[in-house]
Amino acid sequence: MFDFAVESQSEQSIFDQQKHFDFAVIGGGPAGMNAALYAIRKGLSVAVFSLEIGGQLHNTSEVDNYIGIEHTTGGQLSESFHHHVLELGVPIKTGHMVTKLEKPDDFHITLDNGDVYTAQTVLYATGGAPRKLGVKGEDEFANKGVSYCTTCDAPFFKNEHVIVAGGGNSAAESVVDLAAWASKITVVHRSQWRADQIILDQFKDINDLTIHLETQILEIFGDTKMRGVRVLDKTTQEERVIEADGMFVEIGNIPKSKLLDGLVEMNEQHEIIVNRDQETSLEGLYAAGDVTTQPYKQIIISAAEGAVAALAATQYLMHHKK
Amino acid sequence: MEKLLNEDVTKQVKEYLNPMKSNVKMVLFTQEDPCNTCQETKQLLSEVSELTDKLTLVEKDLNADASDAEKYGITLTPSFVMLDENDDYQGVKFNGIPAGHEINSFLSALMDMSGIDFGLADTIGSSLDNLETPVNIKVFVTLSCPHCPGAVSNAHRLAMSHPNIESEMIEAQTFGEISQKFNVSGVPKIVINDTHELVGNQPIQEYLKTIEAL
Ligand SMILES: Cc1cc2nc3c(=O)[nH]c(=O)nc-3n(C[C@H](O)[C@H](O)[C@H](O)COP(=O)(O)OP(=O)(O)OC[C@H]3O[C@@H](n4cnc5c(N)ncnc54)[C@H](O)[C@@H]3O)c2cc1C
Repeated sequence: MFDFAVESQSEQSIFDQQKHFDFAVIGGGPAGMNAALYAIRKGLSVAVFSLEIGGQLHNTSEVDNYIGIEHTTGGQLSESFHHHVLELGVPIKTGHMVTKLEKPDDFHITLDNGDVYTAQTVLYATGGAPRKLGVKGEDEFANKGVSYCTTCDAPFFKNEHVIVAGGGNSAAESVVDLAAWASKITVVHRSQWRADQIILDQFKDINDLTIHLETQILEIFGDTKMRGVRVLDKTTQEERVIEADGMFVEIGNIPKSKLLDGLVEMNEQHEIIVNRDQETSLEGLYAAGDVTTQPYKQIIISAAEGAVAALAATQYLMHHKK
Repeated sequence: MEKLLNEDVTKQVKEYLNPMKSNVKMVLFTQEDPCNTCQETKQLLSEVSELTDKLTLVEKDLNADASDAEKYGITLTPSFVMLDENDDYQGVKFNGIPAGHEINSFLSALMDMSGIDFGLADTIGSSLDNLETPVNIKVFVTLSCPHCPGAVSNAHRLAMSHPNIESEMIEAQTFGEISQKFNVSGVPKIVINDTHELVGNQPIQEYLKTIEAL
């Protein structure tokens, strides 16, 4: 049977009239949406600029660790965040990328269509993009067997053999989701499991599951599509080939911090360095969620950081409001 | 028959479509068995059309109404097009049932077709002014893909913005053969004039760049 995941709509016309905001949020994931909620309740004029709403929530099917909600899906949680923020009247500009952020005096936010908006404070909450393995064949076979979104692409691997690369929660969840489609699943991970035990416990119901830990993927090979991977067993130092029809790469994220290159301090991984108030090294610019140095990339943590940023920006504006 | 849209979704859809401006007609093509999801698509479209008096549904048979099918370039079933208030085809087509996440591209196309400004005029600017060749945009989706409706809406909005552009959603699981032909194993996958490919929910500029480079 079919289900129907209707998403809320944002009213766009306000952006024709209003071009300046107290607090502009870049990114509509958990961090950005919660920041918008806190900011508007404090009475700030706020707007959200995001390509789409929900961010990585859309890449996860089950969410079981958001306190108060015993079980939900990423899609439902995203929709309830969106709905909540819209109900409070926050203008949300979707469908466009922010392509430039500058601070000549106020912050200038440029969209991919050339529109420019200004704000006295900005929250940068652009999250992350799937990390790639960085091995030979990965780009060649991307979307020809190699995928970074299990919820999107699992149906293409019905009754096929798929590999899941990774050993964290998202890899373990990917295995559970794929079990409904694939006939055989092989996990390849270069070290030991880091996933929650409660997810790993679900593996016992999966029929044809093989797990290779301490095993590194060296290369993806194929012809018109991916046919398999070459791996190194790190314990025996032996190389071998695993034939498979597809592979889901779930090895974490890289921060989407590019727009701030040269503008703020970052660590070696290009994560934005923030203090306890989510302030970056540039006055008036805050960062929250997966794009920051905060090591535990989770929905509730990102959302909480967004709240901190909005409250800190409110304080800042009280003393500096123009 | 049991309803496809439950009470909550019915309410959401009704509210969503409330601001529709002018009338929109959906022309649905099905055929006798075997047709995977023809019945369900018909039921969905008819349930939705009951939620606003701005919307009508016309049912056609791929074989019995072959000339209509040809007019809209329909070769698959289920497949439907949306016509504006003057019964003009603006190049907006759906192949397969727009359920799951895809309900969003369906509803948004209805709103757009009814004359709600989708705000692309500035973005498109003059970039399509010199477009003379016909452009066909195929957007392959799965119903569990949250990034897909955005890609479909972009393509459909481009179709509504220029008479030479036609855009079609293709539900990859219903239409396995054509998906295989285009090597689809990741969605959204956007194929322009059967040759140029884009993957992922790309901003509209990427579509424009590809079209300009044709
Ligand atoms: C497969 C998977 C499963 C997961 N499961 C769980 C789980 O069960 N529980 C849990 O707590 N966490 C889970 N997580 C982690 C969680 O999803 C993230 O920690 C969280 O989404 C981070 O939120 P964020 O707001 O920082 O960024 P994101 O969710 O990444 O959102 C960023 C937003 O910014 C927008 N954006 C980015 N750049 C731009 C730009 N230049 N212009 C405009 N918009 C832009 C994006 O479109 C997006 O909407 C999972 C992650 C993955 C990938």
